[in-house]
Amino acid sequence: MSFFTVTAIAILVSVALALTRAILGPTSYDRILAVNAIGTKTVLLIAVVGFMNGRPDFLDLAIVYALMNFIGTLAVLKYFKFGSLRGGLSRFHGEEK
Amino acid sequence: MEEFTSVFLMLLLVASALAVLYVRNLFVATMLLGAVSFIMALIFVTLDAVDVAFTEAAVGAGISTVLYLGTLALVGPHEKGSIKKPVLPLLLSLAVGGVLIYATFEMPIVGSPDTPVQQSRLTERFLVQSLDEIAVPNIVTSVLASYRGFDTFGETTVIFTAGIAVLLILSQVRIRRKEDLADGEVEDEQDSLEAQLAPQIKDTSAPSASPHDLIPHVVAKLLIPFVLLFGFYVQFHGDFGPGGGFQAGVIFAAGFILYSLVFGLEFTQKLLPLRVVEYGLAAGVLLYGGVGVVSMLLGGNFLDYNLLSADPVAGQHLGILLVELGVGITVTAAMVAIFYGFAGRSEVKKKNEVEAK
Amino acid sequence: MMELLLDISTWILMMTGCAFLLITGVGLLRFPDIYTRIHAGGMADTLATFLIFGGLALQSGFTLVTVKLVFIVAFIFITSPTATYALAQATFIAGLKPVVDGFGDDGPDENSNTAKVKD
Repeated sequence: MSFFTVTAIAILVSVALALTRAILGPTSYDRILAVNAIGTKTVLLIAVVGFMNGRPDFLDLAIVYALMNFIGTLAVLKYFKFGSLRGGLSRFHGEEK
Repeated sequence: MEEFTSVFLMLLLVASALAVLYVRNLFVATMLLGAVSFIMALIFVTLDAVDVAFTEAAVGAGISTVLYLGTLALVGPHEKGSIKKPVLPLLLSLAVGGVLIYATFEMPIVGSPDTPVQQSRLTERFLVQSLDEIAVPNIVTSVLASYRGFDTFGETTVIFTAGIAVLLILSQVRIRRKEDLADGEVEDEQDSLEAQLAPQIKDTSAPSASPHDLIPHVVAKLLIPFVLLFGFYVQFHGDFGPGGGFQAGVIFAAGFILYSLVFGLEFTQKLLPLRVVEYGLAAGVLLYGGVGVVSMLLGGNFLDYNLLSADPVAGQHLGILLVELGVGITVTAAMVAIFYGFAGRSEVKKKNEVEAK
Repeated sequence: MMELLLDISTWILMMTGCAFLLITGVGLLRFPDIYTRIHAGGMADTLATFLIFGGLALQSGFTLVTVKLVFIVAFIFITSPTATYALAQATFIAGLKPVVDGFGDDGPDENSNTAKVKD
């Protein structure tokens, strides 16, 4: 088996483990962490599958995913911290309940 | 190996979709929907459909999660329990789902040579002659923007309508000090809201740099120029690789949303005021329709790009460039408008609730 | 000869990356507390990305593809630790405290919980 295949299998197993944590996790922060980890591994998997199929154009897709993963995690944290998406991250510091 | 990957990803997809159905907290369901979207895009990648995976990545995983969170900020993360059991909807969806699954038994195997896609004359025309007629390496873009350009015009108009609808329904109560309003009553509410929010906004000239949140500030300032540059790259590289107007518009909007998440909505509205967003919504559709009208004025059909320049192939290139630009502008403006609508309203509602208690 | 050397280096880099990924996955499931899981889920992912993309870059030589890979690695290096930092800060401000008791032999200190756990 080529190294791409072995890497792809390892990444898939890792995604399944992270998904288990996302379903199980007792607090919501566990779930945020797990979805962030799934996003990072998706970036890896897209790059590896792209190389496996001989089409390195997929790297544009991987960049978009890394960006969306970051924005999604920040939005979720902002919602969780303040209950709204309006203010800046530092604006309401010191005014939480 | 291919089958193993596809089967595994589909099992993960089913598992996460079932988890979305069974959790009670809507916030957790939003997170799991993000995971579903990631896995969906992976399946598209293994099916070698790059443009679709690109759009799914941009829209489903990032922007949709942000907008769902904006909605949850307005309504709260708990479902209202329903009293009666939904028996009739369950039977109906089982019946429809069963009919659809039965219909897939009649479909030919993916990739076999006797599917209608393989045998149609259009396929040969698109794959072979588009390189002569349009000379754009990415055939998806040539089909989308030129052969089926009228349909893409319809899609752009749909996005424009969605942006207008959100702006009308969630016509936001703007907290600005010097803007004058059309409605006298709303102005009073504005002043009292300003008075309520004023002690909390320490200074509006620059974002406060509390040391606890310095890292996201610095990282966002580093990243946003590259995000916008990448949006331009995707827009203009859509002829040669995966990309195009829709994806580029979403990436642009993601840059502005990142700025807004880190620094606040007020600063983003100084940077990109609502008026500019409204003009942008209309400008994209006007550009697209304008290209069509110009080709009619030059003597051909609507959206006939061959007439836009002396050489038909150069005319096609120019036409595709302009219409993709129109699509990109409209999609950016629509995503930013929807984000303004949701995020701008949540704070007002929270203050109203605090007042009412 | 050069091909063989490149292949061996790619194998080593990617296998190490896969090992880190699997360790990350298992750690995410078995660690007892949210803060330790942040260590598992946030840090080793970035290192595994670096190693695997290094292997991919060796396979593709000095082309535009390598530049894009370097770009993605730089992007993930900057954003993944920021996201986990924001997550840890949000968790701390929300009031969740890390679990420090009940892990076995803590030695002769004034922590009274370990008196029950030890033996």
